[in-house]
Amino acid sequence: MTTNSVMRVPDPARAAAPDRLPSRRGDRIFAGTARTAAITIVVILAGVSLFLFVTSLPGLSGHNEMTQGKSFAAWVAPLLFGTVLASTLALLIAVPLAIAVALFISHYAPRRVASGLGYVIDLLAAVPSVVFGLWGSTWLATQLKPVYAWLATHASFIPFFKGPASATGRTMFTVGVVLAVMILPIMTAICREVFLQTPRLHEEAALALGATRWEMIRMTVLPYGRSGIVSAAMLGLGRALGETMAVTLVLSVGGGISFNLISPSNPATIPANIALNYPDATGVGVNTLIASGLVLFVLTFAVNAAARAVLARRKDFAGANG
Amino acid sequence: MAKRIDIADLNIYYGDFLAVQGVTMPIEAGTITALIGPSGCGKSTFLRSINRMHEVIPGARVEGKVAMDGLDLYGRDVDPVSVRRQIGMVFQRPNPFPTMSIYENVAAGLRLNSTKMKKSVLDDLVERSLRGANLWNEVKDRLGRPGSSLSGGQQQRLCIARAIAVEPDVLLMDEPCSALDPISTLAIEDLMAELKTNYTIVIVTHNMQQAARVSDMTGFFTIEGTGKPGHLIELDTTQKIFSNPTQKSTEDYITGRFG
Repeated sequence: MTTNSVMRVPDPARAAAPDRLPSRRGDRIFAGTARTAAITIVVILAGVSLFLFVTSLPGLSGHNEMTQGKSFAAWVAPLLFGTVLASTLALLIAVPLAIAVALFISHYAPRRVASGLGYVIDLLAAVPSVVFGLWGSTWLATQLKPVYAWLATHASFIPFFKGPASATGRTMFTVGVVLAVMILPIMTAICREVFLQTPRLHEEAALALGATRWEMIRMTVLPYGRSGIVSAAMLGLGRALGETMAVTLVLSVGGGISFNLISPSNPATIPANIALNYPDATGVGVNTLIASGLVLFVLTFAVNAAARAVLARRKDFAGANG
Repeated sequence: MAKRIDIADLNIYYGDFLAVQGVTMPIEAGTITALIGPSGCGKSTFLRSINRMHEVIPGARVEGKVAMDGLDLYGRDVDPVSVRRQIGMVFQRPNPFPTMSIYENVAAGLRLNSTKMKKSVLDDLVERSLRGANLWNEVKDRLGRPGSSLSGGQQQRLCIARAIAVEPDVLLMDEPCSALDPISTLAIEDLMAELKTNYTIVIVTHNMQQAARVSDMTGFFTIEGTGKPGHLIELDTTQKIFSNPTQKSTEDYITGRFG
């Protein structure tokens, strides 16, 4: 019979160790690569922090040429204030706009319009910041000049619009608008992705209860996308805090801490200040500038940690990845 | 209060595709009607057309008539949102809102329907709805916990509580027990028997024992093949359908000789 001759001879290696798994070399290589990449990132980050910290140390004592004889804290405070003010302004403008545009794309617009609009917004993200800076300092500032003049005359009772109005339009408010436009694409893109991931099941549950589309969005899409919105805002904030070129080009620097958004003398931001002064800095001045970078680093770190803490507090109720 | 539904010559389309053809079905107030049939025969589509939920899919439309106590639900000035407030729905998979507590889930529909409600009134309505869904005793001490912390069967009863909280006239159930274990299924079936005094219930089910146990009337849907529209083959009392159906295809299906 042929069947007998076809019968397989048992593989001796297998017979000897029937429970041994095959070696899976590919698995090991992949795991090794992934592990190396993860470790490299941590090492680089630690290296950057260490560099920042060590080179900052001589600058932290202040009272040098760079700080104009002031203590380091007195010197960096207006810069920190300017950075936070510009970024907050940008976020205030950009967050509602990003959510609105993302909702329009994900839940209101017809499919063809939505994909076209999404594409245009993604393209905006690719515009270099120097272009935004030039646009802000030449075109936008000119357009906003009459607005500032009007605000200084009619709304000067509000501390933000106390005036005198800037003659060039290169104010903190203009910077806020430029930064908002710059961070809008990435925030919109993230919000849109998160909103699209709202489970259909939950949207239908809301609609079946007799919710209008807006009520459905409020009941399901926004709460579900909450962590995504916060992440988007954090990314936007990170970019706004660190933005150098656009702020350097737009902002007319000169003042100390002031909430006046439309005046010609504004506090500089930390990154713009570094860019402006680094070429001429020598000796301990360089250390002082780097120390201001360390302050920025700590600030972004703190903001991120705070956002995570807020999200973690309602973890049980998180729709998506908490 | 329970209302009757009359469906006449209903065709349901998705774009140019005719999904369900020529359904005429009277549904008496305060009864349970079961819809059975093979997968893809259009029974869920038909169910969703009763409260206009199928319209969430772009291109969906109907021809024919669906009326609730004489009111044409597809009339030109009828808002689908108001139709859905009167015709509630329970879905195949339990879908409590994950970002809301048990209490908030039940109150969700109430908050939509009335602008402002006193806390005490709302508390009462939430308790009544949870009692109505036989869930109160299990959750009364943890109303602030997320709805997703409950078991699957409890979640489905939470969804029923959420649906009945707004006091609809009709309750549609799209395979409400298909994701549940037998004990939870029994709990839901018992609940349906209680609910039918106040609500007209239409349930889609793949479980023929369930249809036989809970329903007063049974409708059998089928299709001739893929791409063909679904038809209502037979509608009769549940007893008649399961003992002595008129149509050969119904008999083949319920005796398991289908296909």
